[in-house]
Amino acid sequence: MPQDSNRPEILLLGVNHKTAGVGIRERLAMANSDIPALQFFSSLNVCDEVVFLSTCNRVEVISVASSAENALSKIKLHWLEKSGLSLKDASNLYEHKGGDAIRHLFRVASSLDSMVVGEPQILGQLKDAYKKADEARTTGTILNRLMHKAFSVAKTIRTETRIASNAVSISYAAVELAKKIFGELKGKRAMLIGAGEMAELAAQHLMTNGVSKLIVANRTLSRAVELAEKLHGKAISLDEITDALNEVDIVISSTGAPGYVITAEQVKKAMRPRKHNLLFLIDIAVPRDIEPYVNDIENVYLYDIDDLSGIVETNKAEREKEALKAERIVEEEVIKFVSWLKCLDIVPLIQNIQKKAEETRLKELARSQSVLKGLTPEQLKAIDTLTRSLVQKILHDPIISLRKSHSEGEEQALVLMDAASRLFGVNGTK
Amino acid sequence: MIKTLYELLLTGTLCLYTLATVVFLVQFITLKKRMERAAAGILCAGVLFHTIAIAVRWAQAGHIPLVHMHESLSFLSLVMVAGFLSAQLKKRLKSLGAFVTPFASVLLAVALTQEQRIVPLPPALQSIWLPIHATISIVSYAIFTISFLIAVMYLMQERQIKAKKLSGIFQRLPSLDGLDAILGRTLALGFAILTLGIITGSIWAEEAWGAYWSWDPKETWSLVTWLLYAAILHQRFTIGWRGRRAAIMTIIAFFVLIFTFLGVNLLIPGEHSYATRLQ
Repeated sequence: MPQDSNRPEILLLGVNHKTAGVGIRERLAMANSDIPALQFFSSLNVCDEVVFLSTCNRVEVISVASSAENALSKIKLHWLEKSGLSLKDASNLYEHKGGDAIRHLFRVASSLDSMVVGEPQILGQLKDAYKKADEARTTGTILNRLMHKAFSVAKTIRTETRIASNAVSISYAAVELAKKIFGELKGKRAMLIGAGEMAELAAQHLMTNGVSKLIVANRTLSRAVELAEKLHGKAISLDEITDALNEVDIVISSTGAPGYVITAEQVKKAMRPRKHNLLFLIDIAVPRDIEPYVNDIENVYLYDIDDLSGIVETNKAEREKEALKAERIVEEEVIKFVSWLKCLDIVPLIQNIQKKAEETRLKELARSQSVLKGLTPEQLKAIDTLTRSLVQKILHDPIISLRKSHSEGEEQALVLMDAASRLFGVNGTK
Repeated sequence: MIKTLYELLLTGTLCLYTLATVVFLVQFITLKKRMERAAAGILCAGVLFHTIAIAVRWAQAGHIPLVHMHESLSFLSLVMVAGFLSAQLKKRLKSLGAFVTPFASVLLAVALTQEQRIVPLPPALQSIWLPIHATISIVSYAIFTISFLIAVMYLMQERQIKAKKLSGIFQRLPSLDGLDAILGRTLALGFAILTLGIITGSIWAEEAWGAYWSWDPKETWSLVTWLLYAAILHQRFTIGWRGRRAAIMTIIAFFVLIFTFLGVNLLIPGEHSYATRLQ
């Protein structure tokens, strides 16, 4: 069967953090363009539908066009030009067609193509991109269905696999542990000792997860005050740590001190005034700030940087394993979508069958011209009606079952379409 | 061989409990949320069967079916399951079903192996206090059994976090503080009801034998159990005995409770040893 160039095809063109540096990505995002990206791509008049996705890690144009090659090269050319890039930057772009484009989009939506596999933001960003395109009316039958399918694939993967269930950064791992110890973090109090960047990040995560009170202790009090203001906490000096131990639930330590900032003795003494409430200490300093024996004290849990890295590594490995399951789900959905696309051909197929039958009828009538010459106009008209209804009656059942098969399921429809095009000797995609 | 309607109902109940156990355990492994609802549904059906079975038994016997071992164990497992289900309605404790349901199923299975013949009630037990005292006591045992299971969950989770081995169990069990809070609540509730059980028991003793307290072994051991739970709760509320130590103490107290419930009846003769007498 000759490849018909008029069948609409899904195209995807873009860059991500793996293929292009931020310098190129930010230009392609067209944030400073005089004309909105969607409008720009529509005005090229090469594609029927278009969605423009731009996040900090990727910029992609998803479109549907009838002549794929022409559309791809035009979009690429004008996009680069508009972004102030030259053609040699085209090597940074990847392009996908048909099934590959669908697969790529499904993988992006389910965060399989992300820098951190399983991170959840991308789905929201994709939804926003679709919403914009929908508002600008640049989507149609195919992209509407494709985008909704992408969202549902992402959701399925999120619920069926455990791809996003475990923390893969030190600070998230600390929060996850805190949640396993305290359950709700609402109303809990935390103390930050030292002012390292990672400790600050962990403190911020704790605050967004409900920790209500924060104490910041530092060797130089001015730095403590500064950080406390930034995180809405209270500043204390290092000498006051012992007292603070009586009232906090979580301690994050990351000072540059050569010796221990918190000793086992100190913690042991704090347990009684604490009424033996659980205490969770996170030591991300090297050399360590908290005496390791602290972990032996009842109801006290101490994790150092190696413990947390260990958890992160295990979680990462787990995610990789879950990603394989996710890829399988994506693959199944791509196959389903491709066959749905093929089903779109059912209308042209029916038209072709009808057209061929009508042509045959007229041709045969013409062949009998000489015999029919002597008939009256009424008789001629009767013959015309007769042949016409004959053709219609014969085609009626095949056409009805073709139409029906469309709603009965994609596989069924494809089998029947193939049979029909062979039996009637017509091409399905004209 | 199943001969009576009662046996049929009780066997049906056991099948439902076992099925719910399987679904809860599969849910524990796969973490599929839908399965938890399914298991709770099966368990509800089990509770219905169980209640009807006990009602049938009550009608046949003419007195509350809480007289010998078979009946007590069966009722204990019913109260555990019903208590668990109603607690889940209020505040869901992750994976608790995977612990409570198997335990209740085993209790019911053991109950089914016991002598089930209905015997006429001995005169000493013919009193309004029988249903009151027996029901209250068994409800308190059921609650303490659940607190025992929560303490076991606490120790499992505590071990994971302390040893920094965050395996599958770690993800499947609730948080330490969450477990500890519920442990405290079940202990307090169980203690209040056990206290009521002992008071009603001694009122009944006065009525039946003319003395509130006669240091019969069952009474003595009930008092020991009561004192143990009182100590655990006292320490918790005054100096904050919580976490690991509270969990260990709860487990110890539970073993004493088992001895009070079973051991005294089976090993030591006394007024409460009707169970052995009826065998």
